[in-house]
Amino acid sequence: MKSFLVGCGAGFSGDRTDAAPPVVKTLIERALPCAIIFENLAERTLAAHQLTKRSYPDLGFEPLLELELEPILADCLRHHIVIVGNFGAANPKGAAKFIKALALRLNLDEPRIAVLEGDNLSDQKSKPLLKEQLGKSFDEENFVCANAYQGAKEIAQAISQGAQIVVTGRVADPSLTLGPAMAFFGWKEDNWNCLAGASMAGHLLECGAQVTGGYFSDPGLKDVPNMDNIGFPIAEIFEDGSCIITKADDTGGLVDVRTVKEQLLYELHDPSAYITPDVVCDISKATVEQVGHDRVRLSGVIGHPRTASLKANVFFDGGWFGEGEISYAGPNAEARARLACDILQKRMGKYMHLRFDLIGITSILGDDAGRMLSRQSVGQNLDLRVRVAAQHTSKDIIDLLLREVTALWCGGPAGGGGVRVAKRQRLSTQSCLIARDRLPATFHFYDGK
Amino acid sequence: MTKEILLYDIAHARTGDKGNRSNISLIAYKPEHYSLIVEQITEQRVLNHFADRKPSKVVRYLLPNLSAMNFVIDDVLDGGVNDTLNLDMHGKSLSFHLLAMKVMMPL
Repeated sequence: MKSFLVGCGAGFSGDRTDAAPPVVKTLIERALPCAIIFENLAERTLAAHQLTKRSYPDLGFEPLLELELEPILADCLRHHIVIVGNFGAANPKGAAKFIKALALRLNLDEPRIAVLEGDNLSDQKSKPLLKEQLGKSFDEENFVCANAYQGAKEIAQAISQGAQIVVTGRVADPSLTLGPAMAFFGWKEDNWNCLAGASMAGHLLECGAQVTGGYFSDPGLKDVPNMDNIGFPIAEIFEDGSCIITKADDTGGLVDVRTVKEQLLYELHDPSAYITPDVVCDISKATVEQVGHDRVRLSGVIGHPRTASLKANVFFDGGWFGEGEISYAGPNAEARARLACDILQKRMGKYMHLRFDLIGITSILGDDAGRMLSRQSVGQNLDLRVRVAAQHTSKDIIDLLLREVTALWCGGPAGGGGVRVAKRQRLSTQSCLIARDRLPATFHFYDGK
Repeated sequence: MTKEILLYDIAHARTGDKGNRSNISLIAYKPEHYSLIVEQITEQRVLNHFADRKPSKVVRYLLPNLSAMNFVIDDVLDGGVNDTLNLDMHGKSLSFHLLAMKVMMPL
């Protein structure tokens, strides 16, 4: 059966930049038609890039783009490995310009770079649409940006028309893989089973090492070899939409039915209706089987017709978040730590809700109301750390809280040490579904203007 | 005769998040343990297990072909990544909290 390979070079913004070269090397050695994807956009990553672009109009794309592409660009162009990435983020054209300059610097022929657009709803003319969708909950004063999730169709078209690199902003993560597969196999837009199968292959690839033993190892029970050199995944996609997941040669990590099952269900809700812009995927009858060393087959994915709408995320200014920490040790440490919390509560509790954690006792399992911690009696932990966290619309109030944590040096319980404080701006999100005919996606080849 | 064991001993899990909703996959290492998990790790028991996080609803989806199930837990993340004050904003560590549940294993 005809097959097409898709490798993954990055699973999030800030992923390891030495992951892609072994993937490209493996793709070259397999000598099959192939592509490599870079997934660089978590939900909030894009909003952060939109803010960057406001201040610096030439930026707003993936900041590690140069480190990602420089080691592989020449090999990919020489060996016809199509590069598809959402590293365009808030500024796909800016990314295209940057890649062109990188190619020139590396003495390469100018690549054909396609730029996808139609996801960005952050400009003035999109506001009426967002207002219409969100009604009263559209807070115009605090509106920051909005992006819709576009699909694979334009990626496929761009590749069919000769794109060597496809730069996108917000597209659904699995669409990065489905696009090149659609272009290669010539699948029609309503070939739902094939679209669904390749979308799930994309879903398995999109978090990089999370399917090759990353985020999986549990020493003694789920051991993973050479995790310091974990290889990134490659999907061999077949013309019926099924796939085999494997990984870059001569690397650490592993691909087995356990790693694949964990990633298959990652961030899924109803397994019979995983909705992407391209198709509704149904894995309720899918099977996963080991077919070789570090080779796992996924088959039996069913596709249902795509929905009539696209999802959009809308971001608003969410005020300020602040947190501070201080440690206590030795006899009666916990009582002193709890006294520090009490002091902060009495001085700052009138302004806002404060969350307290005692790192070393309870720091992540409790909720923001602190019910778990308040239920526990004071123990004899000899080494623990107080954490306080809060949010407020006023930066001044958050600064005041952080100064109060710092003041525990001299004015708090005995023996406090290691104060750290930090604050950052928060974004709040709303999602909505918008009729897809109102959000046309387009692409063009970057012409240097 | 039965003995009490940890779910951790017979299954593995991974957490994902979307907004104020967490999903936790739960996968039996051995297919022969799947029915035991289906019987005992019910929606109601999971709701109770996460009571300190005030979930409003738990839905369990079964995937017998994979010896797996997927728990979708609503309102368990204090508003989710944009609103919570938790260090683990995504609730990533909740998968291992699920695995701390007890299972009665026939001897």
